[in-house]
Amino acid sequence: MPRYESLAVGDELPSQTFPVNRTDLVRYAGAAGDFNPIHWNERFAVQVGLPNVIAHGMFTMAQAVRVVTDWVGDPGAVVEYGVRFTKPVVVPDDGVGASIEVFGKIAALLEDNKVRVDLTAMSAGQKVLGRAIAVVRVP
Amino acid sequence: MTSRGVTGRAMPLDQSFVGRTYPPTAPYEVGREKIREFATAVRDLNPAYLDPEAAKALGHPDVIAPPTFPVIIAIPAAYQAVEDPEFGLGKSWVVHGDQRFVYQRPMRAGDRIECVVKVEAIKSIAGSDMITLVSDLRTVEGEQVCTAYGLFVVRPDTSGAADAESVGTAESTAEAKAGES
Repeated sequence: MPRYESLAVGDELPSQTFPVNRTDLVRYAGAAGDFNPIHWNERFAVQVGLPNVIAHGMFTMAQAVRVVTDWVGDPGAVVEYGVRFTKPVVVPDDGVGASIEVFGKIAALLEDNKVRVDLTAMSAGQKVLGRAIAVVRVP
Repeated sequence: MTSRGVTGRAMPLDQSFVGRTYPPTAPYEVGREKIREFATAVRDLNPAYLDPEAAKALGHPDVIAPPTFPVIIAIPAAYQAVEDPEFGLGKSWVVHGDQRFVYQRPMRAGDRIECVVKVEAIKSIAGSDMITLVSDLRTVEGEQVCTAYGLFVVRPDTSGAADAESVGTAESTAEAKAGES
């Protein structure tokens, strides 16, 4: 686990790339109870003006925070986490799917050993989350 | 998405709904297997979610839930407001604009969580209403666990989306924006 006194603003966390395919979206829909057809039904997604089926925003949010939780080890150390959903993660049914690449950088060292991490999540060359910020407490 | 159905809502949302609080939801019992299912679904196999001994080694009484797990409780609770007939969203297309959680402690197996939803703000920008809902998630014993802030963008235009598969409301991200461009 990283230690507070060893951290500095600007430090980068290990980045990660998360694959996402249609099976992931169906599994997430079931686990989260979100069966909006834009996340699994291409006909419907296209009908409402989307390029294709898109990932649940909350799925992307869950992926992005892993850069923080894998870094600290204990996910219970996260004291705050927020994102803005700016662009959809489009998931084609092409046997490959999409990927979400996530970068994290220490933006501030706060009181009580808390650290603010700013996250960047990219898919198909676009930023898919805005103002993605996690605050985590480290020893 | 340019056409406007006759059923589309014409009036901006009533500001007097700001401050409205809904009754606590029925307790949701957080279970180890549901946490496992959710963690598996987001492909996050952190032992703190799966193995009670690993969680205890980190100082937690039982397995903890991933940071976004509370959405399972918060979103259905938020629908109390979204589907409130007095609110008058009708068949409007609702998209999830942003989401933030503030944690007092991690949610964990064994928690019995109730959720109180409050309408925090209503804004109208460029023909879209934006509703901020604050959800207070606490144990039935009264221990505060997490506060969830969700911004929902209400689009007056259903564009047949609601008619196609009876989706009165829809969570997602910026897809409506993508659809309009």
